[in-house]
Amino acid sequence: MPTKLLEKGTASGARGPGAGGRNRFGRGEGAVPSGQAPAARAHTAVMGLAFALAAIAMLFVAFTMTYLGHRQEGDWKPVPLPGILWLDTAILLASSAAVEWARRRLGSGDARGLRWGLTAAGTLGVAFLAGQLLAWRQLADQGVYLASHPHSSFFYLLTGTHGVHLLGGLIAVGAILPGAWRGAYSPARSTPVTLVAIYWHFLTGLWLYVFAILLWQ
Amino acid sequence: MDTPAAAAHEAHAAHPRESFIRHYIFSLDHKTIGKQYYFVTLFMAIVGGSLAMLMRAHLASPERGILDPGTYLQAATMHGTVMIFFFLTTILTGAFGNVLIPLMIGAGDMAFPFLNMLSFWTFFPSVLILLASFFVPGGPAGNGWTSYAPLSAVPQASPGSGLGQTLWAVAILILMISSLFGSLNFLTTIINMRARGLSMGRLPLTIWGIFITAILALLSFPVLMAALTMLLFDRTAGTSFFIPSGLLVGGQIVPHNGGEALLWQHLFWFFGHPEVYILILGPMGIVSDVISTFSRKPIFGYTAMVLSLAAIGFLSFLVWGHHMFVSGMNPVLGATFTISTMIIAIPSAIKTFNWLTTLWQARIQFTTALLFAVGFVSLFVTGGLSGIFLAASPVDLYFHDTYFVVAHFHFVMAAAALFAIFAGTYYWFPKMFGRMMNEPLGKIHFVLTFLGIYGTFYPMHFLGTHGMSRRLYTPSTYPFLASVQPLDIFISGAAFVLGAAQLIFIFNFFSSMLRGPRAERNPWHANTLEWTADSPPPHGNWPEPPVVYRWPYDYSVPGAAEDYLPQTVPAAPAYASGHGGGEQ
Repeated sequence: MPTKLLEKGTASGARGPGAGGRNRFGRGEGAVPSGQAPAARAHTAVMGLAFALAAIAMLFVAFTMTYLGHRQEGDWKPVPLPGILWLDTAILLASSAAVEWARRRLGSGDARGLRWGLTAAGTLGVAFLAGQLLAWRQLADQGVYLASHPHSSFFYLLTGTHGVHLLGGLIAVGAILPGAWRGAYSPARSTPVTLVAIYWHFLTGLWLYVFAILLWQ
Repeated sequence: MDTPAAAAHEAHAAHPRESFIRHYIFSLDHKTIGKQYYFVTLFMAIVGGSLAMLMRAHLASPERGILDPGTYLQAATMHGTVMIFFFLTTILTGAFGNVLIPLMIGAGDMAFPFLNMLSFWTFFPSVLILLASFFVPGGPAGNGWTSYAPLSAVPQASPGSGLGQTLWAVAILILMISSLFGSLNFLTTIINMRARGLSMGRLPLTIWGIFITAILALLSFPVLMAALTMLLFDRTAGTSFFIPSGLLVGGQIVPHNGGEALLWQHLFWFFGHPEVYILILGPMGIVSDVISTFSRKPIFGYTAMVLSLAAIGFLSFLVWGHHMFVSGMNPVLGATFTISTMIIAIPSAIKTFNWLTTLWQARIQFTTALLFAVGFVSLFVTGGLSGIFLAASPVDLYFHDTYFVVAHFHFVMAAAALFAIFAGTYYWFPKMFGRMMNEPLGKIHFVLTFLGIYGTFYPMHFLGTHGMSRRLYTPSTYPFLASVQPLDIFISGAAFVLGAAQLIFIFNFFSSMLRGPRAERNPWHANTLEWTADSPPPHGNWPEPPVVYRWPYDYSVPGAAEDYLPQTVPAAPAYASGHGGGEQ
């Protein structure tokens, strides 16, 4: 989600003679020559995204610290994790690889590679979310619900919050996919792809952290 | 006088006229967004202030029962919530941050203007949700601005734990999202969009204050968001994050188990203490700039000022436990939090002495803005000294939850931040609205506010040392508090004076906005970049972006023709400033 917002923000900054268009994006004493907007704009967008990721990271730090604190309690009953989570982890890693491959193909001017790489990543992302829902289903079938006990609450909370952020990433992929198929991106115009890739890798890393912390009983 | 008009005309010609909606409602212009924030937060201040007046009216004669007990607690809760979240936090970042950042760093606008607009239009619904909570069955939240679990987590726990508490959590969750949009925009803008020549070491302290504030917000708000999410699950989905096993509410065991009420306190205060500094670091920056300008002297110890801002920001993440000394924590841990809290006195003292040394032997211009800035220093010192008492855990065990704490935080955080907001308003009003505020009215406002603040909050220290608990509904029924009842009446009187004085400000603000004398570009002869733009600046701020040659505090430079040298004046050999800070 943040990716999309940032992209729009920069887009409106480049709107021409309006507010943003007049900026020189100066960084201290002549770091960026005036008029060299695209590179500086990419830099600005990546920085904005990095701050958004820091905030998301803090959200998960708070959740997981609470979780670790809770686990010290006497009446802690761990939930057996559904095996499908391992498959989901593999799917998410593959989707991250696909995004990275697409980004690099674009870097070497291969619009076809970008197109198929992004499509594959989006599909795998959908598959991951479907797999997570299946995991929830399996738990629910065993009678383990959100409110059953603390560990199940945390399981649904952590996977759910991660899933919502991944859904945001999927929306961002969905937003740039039509452009990728139209051939709107090139090595010189690759910022949206870079932003999506960074966000996607971040969510993969976040999942590995969440999964590890859930596994480690 | 004619130059701004001509420039405005030029800017008008440069880009097409925007429709009313684009210009005033869904504007991308940082100044319009800042003013939108200013007006909404000003309204919220009136709401919060009125609630305080109600509470004081009740406390002046508790037997009359102007408010019933539940309503009294709800008024206290909503006073704190509105003032901290919807007034102070938001006016400092949303209004001052938005108006000042691009203007003071020489940028045409924010890095992400769309995100900036989205930030305001996320904030606005959160205000509506909070205000709506006054009108739901059971009324608004009533468990304190801290909303400690399990009171806040179990809907049937107290009169103020119903739907109002849910709306409270939703409103603040949305507000946090809005603030995060703002913070990441501020950080990116300050790092990436500075004018040529404006290195980090040449930033005005106002911008440094907002910069550190934005970092604190970015790292602490998500923690509260996590806590609020879990609270909402506890309230609506039957989970037990904060509700312990076997909890009795109204004689019935609540069907929750395995939760931990204390975790709410940890999460809340891990957010809450940085939040307190979010309310004070921006004001410290504003006050530094106002004091330097009207002392006609460079700010004393610029580097120390920046480092102490950063140090206070860093320490704010290590001291949350000092809000929880009575929660049964290990005394060793308590001692650790006492020490980390005491350390904050060092950067705070550095700042205080630097303000005083800036004022020392200066040709001070006693404008309203300067009076409020000096008032800030006074309030900060008064509140800071009682803070040292409270930081010591053995003392805090006695003072916890008494009026001593109420006095402390109203001085050091609430009133001090309020004074900086007034200083900033009187100072930047000409830039925001292109007109001057009325100075005599401003001075009357200052005197009454200053006396009103001290009259209201200073006696509360004595109530606290008498052992009066901060949430008591009828102190007069306790024999040991009978002797301080006259003090309570005095406090209410002072509070009404304080409240009435704000009407002067509101009148001055709006009448000056409509009919005040037109402001020139640089009415205070100040150095920072915003004063090189028109008053008010057009969309885009400058026809050509400014170029910076010096730091912002070149006042009374020996050999210079004027007693100020704006940042855009090229360094001439005769009075080249040795100060620059260099690249970041």
